[in-house]
Amino acid sequence: MLRLENITKSFDNQSVLRGVSLDVTMGEVVVLLGPSGCGKTTLLRIIAGLDQADNGRLLLQGEDLTRIPVHQRGFGMVFQEYALFPHRNVFENVAFGLRMAGWERPQIVERVQQVLALVGLAGYDQRSVHELSGGEQQRVALARSLAPAPRLILLDEPLGALDRALRERLMLELRDILKRAGGVMGRPEGITAVYVTHDQAEAFAIADQIIVMNQGQIEQQADPVTLYRQPATPFVARFLGMENLLPGEVKSTAPCIIHTEIGELHIETAESLTIGQPITLLIRPEAAQPISPNTPAPNQITAHLTSHSFRGRYQIATFTLAPPHTPITLKFEFDSSVNLRNTQTPFHLSLNPNQLIPLERG
Amino acid sequence: MTGFAQGIRRAPVSGWWLLILIPVLFLGFFFFAPLINILRLSITATAIRTLFTRGYYGRIIWFTVWQAAVSTVLTLIVGFPAAWLFSHYRFRGQQWLKALTTVPFVMPTVVVAAAFRALLGANGLLNAWLMWLTGSDVPLIRLEQSIVIILLAHVFYNVTVVVRLVGGFWGNLNPRVMEAAQTLGASPWRTFREVTLPLLRPSLVSASILIYLFTFTSFGVILILGGPTFSTLETEIYRQYVTFLQPDIAAVLALLQIVFTFGLMSLYARWQRKTAVSLDFRPHQTNLQPVKTWRQRIILLIISSYLILFLVLPLLALVWRSLVDREGNLTLAYYTALPVLRRGSIIFVPPLTAVRNSIGYALLTVFSAGMLGVITASFLARPSRWRDWLEPLFMLPLGVSAVTLGFGYVITLNQLRTSPWLVLIAHTLVAFPFVVRTLLPVLQSIKPSLREAAAVMGASPWQVWREIDLPIIGRALLVGSVFAFTVSMGEFGATSFIVRPNSGFLTVPIAIERYLSQPGALNFGQAMAMSTILMLVTAVGFMAIERFRYADIGEF
Repeated sequence: MLRLENITKSFDNQSVLRGVSLDVTMGEVVVLLGPSGCGKTTLLRIIAGLDQADNGRLLLQGEDLTRIPVHQRGFGMVFQEYALFPHRNVFENVAFGLRMAGWERPQIVERVQQVLALVGLAGYDQRSVHELSGGEQQRVALARSLAPAPRLILLDEPLGALDRALRERLMLELRDILKRAGGVMGRPEGITAVYVTHDQAEAFAIADQIIVMNQGQIEQQADPVTLYRQPATPFVARFLGMENLLPGEVKSTAPCIIHTEIGELHIETAESLTIGQPITLLIRPEAAQPISPNTPAPNQITAHLTSHSFRGRYQIATFTLAPPHTPITLKFEFDSSVNLRNTQTPFHLSLNPNQLIPLERG
Repeated sequence: MTGFAQGIRRAPVSGWWLLILIPVLFLGFFFFAPLINILRLSITATAIRTLFTRGYYGRIIWFTVWQAAVSTVLTLIVGFPAAWLFSHYRFRGQQWLKALTTVPFVMPTVVVAAAFRALLGANGLLNAWLMWLTGSDVPLIRLEQSIVIILLAHVFYNVTVVVRLVGGFWGNLNPRVMEAAQTLGASPWRTFREVTLPLLRPSLVSASILIYLFTFTSFGVILILGGPTFSTLETEIYRQYVTFLQPDIAAVLALLQIVFTFGLMSLYARWQRKTAVSLDFRPHQTNLQPVKTWRQRIILLIISSYLILFLVLPLLALVWRSLVDREGNLTLAYYTALPVLRRGSIIFVPPLTAVRNSIGYALLTVFSAGMLGVITASFLARPSRWRDWLEPLFMLPLGVSAVTLGFGYVITLNQLRTSPWLVLIAHTLVAFPFVVRTLLPVLQSIKPSLREAAAVMGASPWQVWREIDLPIIGRALLVGSVFAFTVSMGEFGATSFIVRPNSGFLTVPIAIERYLSQPGALNFGQAMAMSTILMLVTAVGFMAIERFRYADIGEF
C-alpha cells in the first residue's frame, strides 16, 4: 500500500537516511525500531510530508506523493509529546481535522463522540487539555489523528513521555484501538499504521511487522517472531539484547560445525552455508543448560560463574570461559528452578545446537 | 529537649538591614513627596472645572490616545515579519541584525528626534537628495511637524519590543503543534490563523500594551518633531507649567497621566504573567532552521533590507548631517565649534560644557543609583516580613513618567532648582529601579546554602555579603552601572523641567533640544554633532551591557 523507494536525506551534510526502501501492507501496524539517531523519526516525517527527502520516491497505492504538501496527504500523526492545541479543549482538538476536511457540524459531533469512546475518553469533550494526565493527553492525540479516518496513521514514540507502568498498559490498548478503529470508522480494510519507537518491548507488543533501522539504513524487516528467532545481523541481535556474539568460520556443512574461539560447535540451521565462510555466531541467552561432568551432551563448555542475578521467573548469569580458552564472557538466562548457587568449581554447560544462529560477519 | 530547642534560636540580628532606610527615605522625599504635592495641587475646583469644560483638553487627551493606538498598530505591522524571521531561521549576521533592532530602543529620545529631523526634516538628508535630483530649490518632503514623522519615530523606537517579545515567544512555541495542524489537513495559512495566531496572542497583547504605554508617555519625540502643533498629555504638562505658568492645570493633567500609566502597567503585569506561564516551552535554539531554498533567501533579503533601511538610515543621516555643511561639503566645523560660546547662542555656556555636565551627572548617578540599588536588591533578595510590600514600592518609579516626576520636583523642591543636585536626584531616581531589576534576579539565584555555608564557617553577615554576594553580582553590578550611566546621559523629560534655560548646569539632551528649536545652519549642525556624540556613547554603553549580562534576564 505504502511504498518507499530509495529515500535519502541529509542534514548539514550529515547523511541521515542512506537509501531506504520499504513496503507497508494495508491494515498492518509497522514499527520502525532503532536506537536514537538511526533516522527512524526523519523517515516518519518524510512519510508525513513534514520533511522533504533529498532523493527517492514515496508511493501510496501507486500514487506518487513525493511532491504533495503535508496538509493534502490526509494522514494522521501522533507526535512524541502529543502537540495538542493548548488553546482548544478536547472536543475542539479532536474536531480540528474534521473541520479542515469540511465536515458538517452534526457529523463532526457524532464522529468526535465515536472516537472519544474508542479511546476510552467518553465524556471528556469539554475538558481543557491542561487538566489531562499524560495518559489522557496521549489518548486525545490518538483520537485527534484517528477522527478523520486517515488512510495511514503515523505515530512518533507516542508512549515515550509516559512512565513505565502506564506505558506497559497503554501498549496493549494502543494495538487494540488501532485494530478496532478501522471497523468503527468505516474502513473495513483496517487502519494502516507506521509506528516509531526505540523500545523493543513496545515494538514486539504492537507490531505486525518490525523494521529495524541503524545509521540510516534498514537492517531487517520481519514479523516479531521471525525477528526474535532469526535476527539477520549482529546489530539486530545486539539491539534485541542478545550479547553472546562470537566470530567463527564454517568448518563443515553436514553436520554443520562452526569453528570458534571456544571450540567447535555443532549447529542446526536451515541456512545454506559454505565451508570456510566467515560468520558471526549468535549464542542465544537461553542456549545453555548445566550438566554434570561426563554426560553425553552436545557443545560442552566449562566456565566460571562471575555474576548471578535472580529475577523471579528467570535468572541471569554471566560466565567466563575456563582456561586454556582466552577469557570470554557469556551471558545466559536460566529457568528459576536451575541451581546456580555453587560458584567454586567450574560449571559444565551444554549449548543447544538449535539456539546457535549463524549471522553474517558484521 | 525544650532547652535544646530554645538554644538554636536565630543568631542575634545585627543592624545591617537598617541600611534599607536610606533608599526608603530617598524614595519618600524624592518620589512620594512630589507625587503627593501634584495630587494636592490638582485637587482644586477651578483646575478640574477648566479641564472638563474646555474642549481643548479633551482634544489633547483624544490625540494622546489615538496617536498611541496608531503607533502601536504600525509597530506591530512593521515588527511582525522581523519577529517571524528571528524566531524561525538562523543565518549569517542574525545576532548582529537582532542587536541592531535594539539600538533605536536604547537611544535617548532627543537623539531619535534629531535623527528623524536629519533624515526627513526640511534640511534633512532625503530632501537634500531630492532637491539635488530634481533641481528644485524648495524641500519636497514636508514632514516636519506632521503626524507622519511622529508615528515613524515611534515605530522606529519600539520595533524591537515586537521583535523581542513576540519573536521570543514565537521561537518557544512547540513547532510540533503547527505540524500537527498541517497533518490534520490545515493549509499553512489556515494553520497560521487557527493555531499560530491564537497561541501568539499573549505576547501580542503584552507587546501592544508596552508599546502603547511607551508612545502614550512619549515626550521628547512629540516636543521636538511635533512642534507647537501637536500636544499630548506629556507635552501639555510641560507647556502648562513652563509656558503658560498654570501649575494647577499641569497638576490635573499629571494626575490623569499617572492614572493612565498605572492602569496600563498593571494590565501589562497581568499579561506578562500569562506569557511567562505559557504552555509547552522548548529550548530556543533548536527550532531555528537554516535558510536554504531560494524563496526563503528572497524573503530573508526583503525583511532584513527593510529593517536595515528603516533602522539604520535615520541614524546614518544624523551622523552625515553632523559632518556636512549647507553646501554639502564635508566639515568638522560643528564639532570644532563645540567648545566655543557663540554670540547670540540660545544657551549661555559653550556646548562642550553641556557634554562635561552630562558626563559628570552620569558618573555621579552611577555612584548613587548603584549604592541605593545594591542596598535595596540585597534587602529584597532575602526573605523578610517587609519584602512583599517593599518590592512593588521600589518599582513604582518605573510607572511614573519622567515629565511628571520633573514637574513634581519643581513644585516641591523649587529652592534646589538652581543647584545641580536636583538633576542628579532626578537621574538617580530614574536609574535606580533599573539597577535593582538588574541585580535582583542574580542575587536571588544565589543558593541560600552558599550563605549558610559561609556563616557556619564563621562569617558575619557583612562578611557573607562581601565574600559571597558581592563577587557573584559583580558582573550584574557592572551592567547596572552602565544602565545608570546611559539612562542619565539620555534623560530628557525630568531634566527639561528642572534645568532653567539660562543655567550653566544644563545637559546634552537639553542643549540639543534648544538648538533644534532655533533656526540656523550652525544651530542645526551643532545639534546633530551633539546627538551623534550622545548616540555613540549610548551605543557603546549598550554594547557593553549586551556583552556583560548573563542570559536575557530582565528583558523589559
